[in-house]
Amino acid sequence: MLDNLNLLSLAPILNVQLLLDGMFVGAIFVLAAYGLALVWGVMNVKNLAQGEYVIMGGYFAWHLSTYGLHPILSIPIIAAVMFGMGWIVYLTIIKWVIGRDLFTSLLATFGIALVVQQALNLAYGPDVRTAESGFEIRSLFGGLVTVADIKLISFGLCILLAACVVLFMKRSRMGQAIRATAQDARAARVMGIDTERVYAFTYALNAAICGAAGVLVSMIWVIQPFYGVPHSIRAFVIVTAAGLGNLPGVIMAGFGLGVAEQYSGFVLGAEFQQATAVGLLVVILVWRQIQMSRYRQVVE
Amino acid sequence: MQNDTTPAWVYIVIATAGVVAPLLFPAYTNQIAFLWLMVLFALTWDLVGGQMGYNSLGNIFYFGAGMYISAVVQVGMFTDVGTYTSARGGEQLVLGYFDYFYSLGAGVLLAAVGCVIFAVILSRIMFGLRGPYFAIGTLGVALAARELAGTWEWIGGGSGIAMPVYPGLPDEKSLVFYGIFFMLAVVTFVCVRWLYSTRFAQAINAIRDDEAKAEAMGIHTLRHKTVAWSVSAFFLGMSGAVFGNLTGFVEPLEVAFPTVTFGIFMVVMSLLGGKGTLWGPVIGATLFHVIKEVTWTYLLGWQWVALGVLIIVNVVFFQDGIMGWMQSRWPERFGITVDASMSSRGGKRKGGAGA
Repeated sequence: MLDNLNLLSLAPILNVQLLLDGMFVGAIFVLAAYGLALVWGVMNVKNLAQGEYVIMGGYFAWHLSTYGLHPILSIPIIAAVMFGMGWIVYLTIIKWVIGRDLFTSLLATFGIALVVQQALNLAYGPDVRTAESGFEIRSLFGGLVTVADIKLISFGLCILLAACVVLFMKRSRMGQAIRATAQDARAARVMGIDTERVYAFTYALNAAICGAAGVLVSMIWVIQPFYGVPHSIRAFVIVTAAGLGNLPGVIMAGFGLGVAEQYSGFVLGAEFQQATAVGLLVVILVWRQIQMSRYRQVVE
Repeated sequence: MQNDTTPAWVYIVIATAGVVAPLLFPAYTNQIAFLWLMVLFALTWDLVGGQMGYNSLGNIFYFGAGMYISAVVQVGMFTDVGTYTSARGGEQLVLGYFDYFYSLGAGVLLAAVGCVIFAVILSRIMFGLRGPYFAIGTLGVALAARELAGTWEWIGGGSGIAMPVYPGLPDEKSLVFYGIFFMLAVVTFVCVRWLYSTRFAQAINAIRDDEAKAEAMGIHTLRHKTVAWSVSAFFLGMSGAVFGNLTGFVEPLEVAFPTVTFGIFMVVMSLLGGKGTLWGPVIGATLFHVIKEVTWTYLLGWQWVALGVLIIVNVVFFQDGIMGWMQSRWPERFGITVDASMSSRGGKRKGGAGA
């Protein structure tokens, strides 16, 4: 561990590598976390199946790529498919969960997560996979820093997707309705907004965002049926740290988490990379509790 | 207070069944032993989740912690733990009867004590969290413990610790461990039953119904929550220690911290039977375990999908569980008086699932 720290101080250029890699994956975490914050804020459902939707999108992209369709081109298709799936899940399950006690949504979406993981496992097997995008890898600083072109492209796509979603929320009629429902569902209903439809749309939109994020994950990283849980936990870490309805906070927390994971993976060893998100989750919850206890209130 | 009005014959039937079962079906001794383990799981989860309203997803942490404590104690009594684990299970401890049971007893006892200490520390940290934050936070603790146990070389890391070998024959081992599990489940049930008949149960039910009001009424909420979780951790730690010895091998992912199997089974069983009741967890655990054991092998890989569907259906459409459903169906049998002028439909339910 100390050797690795020494290495970082001897070759500061390695920091650039870690920071870049952290930013590239962090951008994807931001997408999934934004979807979670959306569903959480609008309908007060904590979606534990977030990471599973990401992995599901990744597998669909991988599946299409075996037919020769490039993963980048498959993003719109997968977003549409995941949108439809999210709508169906809403109608069959989530619809009955809204307004129930908080644990219900958590456990119900956990059930969804379990079904999705196991179905993917049955369909594709437990192997670790990557969708081939066929781009080159660039070396900078005499080979000390390597940047794959696909990572840059995926970073650009992340920004594009996020911009689309934000524009949609700000400009479109549906986005307006979603924001109104998030503020006060009852008042929105009085004003003639079909909140049922807004809820369904929000949940489906979340699934679509996650699916698109999953395509990017499958290109720049690896997918495996059971890798969804860390993604869900990351989304929770980011949203809990940033708070709901705080987009700049979500972006900062997402990048921060991505970089923190890269550093802990490098300094402590690769096996600690997974533990970082979980450890940070506990730390953030405790920290928020200490912060709140000053006001003699509860973290709710 | 929930006075137990169960007729005596129920207890007699269960006790006889528990004693006779392994003699009647010697081939299924381990499966029936796991049934008692499941009953213990459901009861300890329900004490905190059902009666106190703190839905933990990470109670499995105590199970694994107890297992590791007992493993380290039992191995450490006879040899150096570090060198033993670095041999990667190449050698196993072979002990005589006296040494084996002496170390087993010490391991189980220290596991229970250690888990209570963990519970007291974790209570300080976790009980400021409410609702879903508590659930996610406890899940985080269990997952973090799992990752840490997998990287800590002294306790064997990912390759685990081999437990001491049982000195007798396998059949004898099954019977002995059956007895231990049965006793653990009975002791847990008796302890929980006694707790539910005291003021303590009223206090934790008050915490479930409205914590702020409970505190305003003068209940020391943190102390009550700590005690409830410690009781739960005490029994879970013991069960973990015994389970590790039965399996013969302690490993972080599948055996010690099985977050998605045992950790979720606890919750599902309590919900299935009806949380917040004395018999609900027992009924839920029995039903769940029997269904699982009978159908598991016929589902051919789809069993986990079926489990996920069961969780969804149970949570979304049948949240009161079997006991809750029976209480609203026949309230007078549970000593609940129905005021016909006040009730809108059929009957009004007392107790049952908290909001």
